[in-house]
Amino acid sequence: MDFELTEEHKMIARMVRDFAEKEVAPYIKEYDRAHKPFTKAIYRMAELGILGICIPVRYGGQGMDYISLGLACEELERVDSSLRVVLSVHVGLNSLGLLQWGTEEQKQRFLVPQARGERFAAYALTEPGAGSDAAALATTARREGDVYILNGEKMWISLASVAHNFLVFAVTDPQAKPRHRGITAFIVEREMKGVTTGDIHGKMGVRAGSTGWIAMEDVEVPVENRLGEEGEGFKIAMSCLDNGRYTIGAGATGLIRACLEASVKYARERKTFGKEIGQHQLIQRMIAHMRRDYEIARLLYLRAGWLKNQGIRNTWQTSLAKWFATEASFAAASNAVQIHGAYGYSDEYDVERYLRNSKGACIYEGTSQIHEIIQAQYALGYREDRPLRCELPAYDPEEWQREA
Amino acid sequence: MHIVVCTKQTPDSAAKLTVDEAGNVSWGDSPIIINPWDEYAVEEAILIKERFNGEPKVTVLSMGPEEALEALKHAIAMGCDEGIRVWDEAFENSDTLATSYVLAKAIEKMGDVDLILFGKSAIDSQTGQVPMEVARRLGFSPLTYVIKIVELDFEGRTITVERLLEQGRQVVKAPLPAVIGTVKGINEPRYPSFMGIRKATRAQYPVWTGADIGAEPEKAGAAGSGVRWERIFPPPVREGGAEIIEAETPEEAARILVDKLMAEKVI
Repeated sequence: MDFELTEEHKMIARMVRDFAEKEVAPYIKEYDRAHKPFTKAIYRMAELGILGICIPVRYGGQGMDYISLGLACEELERVDSSLRVVLSVHVGLNSLGLLQWGTEEQKQRFLVPQARGERFAAYALTEPGAGSDAAALATTARREGDVYILNGEKMWISLASVAHNFLVFAVTDPQAKPRHRGITAFIVEREMKGVTTGDIHGKMGVRAGSTGWIAMEDVEVPVENRLGEEGEGFKIAMSCLDNGRYTIGAGATGLIRACLEASVKYARERKTFGKEIGQHQLIQRMIAHMRRDYEIARLLYLRAGWLKNQGIRNTWQTSLAKWFATEASFAAASNAVQIHGAYGYSDEYDVERYLRNSKGACIYEGTSQIHEIIQAQYALGYREDRPLRCELPAYDPEEWQREA
Repeated sequence: MHIVVCTKQTPDSAAKLTVDEAGNVSWGDSPIIINPWDEYAVEEAILIKERFNGEPKVTVLSMGPEEALEALKHAIAMGCDEGIRVWDEAFENSDTLATSYVLAKAIEKMGDVDLILFGKSAIDSQTGQVPMEVARRLGFSPLTYVIKIVELDFEGRTITVERLLEQGRQVVKAPLPAVIGTVKGINEPRYPSFMGIRKATRAQYPVWTGADIGAEPEKAGAAGSGVRWERIFPPPVREGGAEIIEAETPEEAARILVDKLMAEKVI
């Protein structure tokens, strides 16, 4: 048992923290207030290699491990959730899916430019009528010779208006029973005829990030763009979520830290009844809860990252990390606003943004209720992991840092 | 072509400094980082290396205990080639005079140095004396407050720089080898790259002792220092508060402000 991060991990966390503090923190409030995606950050993350952080060097990435991905997410969301969302979809949900399920040719064509940050990637599962019940997709893919014809609409897609490549899930066999066996995964490119996208306005949080819709009208997707086998889409979607949820858990941990830091600072400055408010026990209670939850959330995501490094399935551990950290971040943000009093209610301070941003993660990539059920099912023995045709590769530093 | 960047480790700029009754200074549990001003020097050295197609070797040098490794690693992660730490128990409690002696001896040992870069000062002690002292000891051209390297000619053995002075900017040309003290604004320091981080964590960092560099013990550490610490105490806590002037119009507010400033004899 070793709880120490490596020197490499510490330096990576520091580098990502410096970037987020210097280049994002001073401007984020303005973009959030204006509901304007802070796209400059994505280009900078691409330049710095963050978009390929845990992808092998020979696929255009930086060859770091899964724990590095988690640490980067923690540091990014400490400044703003919209930054972490980029890693969740570009790396967690899409690029790692390609690494796990893609053919060598698909990795060269799609993963390499994504890891280099030349093309941005998104994940398109959710639809207007299919959220938690992901198998209820209405998007269809009809095979005609060497192409599939895709029709349908995806909703609540992060980076919808920014991404170049979309991992789209569609029904290829409407008769399949159970329904999820009729779902197939496709790599849809923005340039394909019939693809249109747009952003959703009026979001409660993550206002400096792009969240939107993708409409597909008779989009011809070549068979080479099919990820995995026909009917394997649902398994692919779920395995991608094991990585997306990991990034969310790690990010929410950063959000708790942001709440804790802001609250401690304020509690030592603000005075009531003749002493700084940190001296009041009911304030201390809220601070103590933040501290407790930060430590638990961090241990949970680091364990999930360690399991990924070892190549061990981690569906329930990742689900637990995501469920716990997101709910705890919502509670921490609410208490951070409470500690800041009326100032916390105004956007003069960051904590109201933390509160608005924290809620989304309790809903996307499995609502808290879905995760609660997942945990119960594992505990009761109603659910168990079966081996997949392609597993997420274990982290092997030599292999991942090999040039070719 | 050999460039040396001298760096030191400092507490994080957000650290809270405390001084106890006995005069012991503590930075608390603040993380140790590379002196932020030194990052400009490191960046400039890497820029020069890039300008000359990677030919110049960039060595980063630091005098200090094991903590100094942080500064060296950061510089390697940014893109320097090698890091050397000089340390000996005899170097403890060095002032700038003793520090510059040790650094100069280490650079003499390297032998082939064309250019030495420094940050403008360290954020903890803030003296800014070491660059000039090293230049003087080695007989190199001292060029401080440099905001721009206008021309660097390794073959012609000259360097032209723009210095940022209180009175304005000054362009000077000097023979190589030279010592440069950089200022903020000379460049925008890069973040360490992932490749660089990997290199930095795997690199070897030789430690040169006093004997290795031929330093005489009485010229280093407390023995070689001219400064004596009579007493260390925290500065008095700043008194006073803020006052917001309320008025109907900005002109009215300005008039009240002027009256108050005149009453306080500020203007």
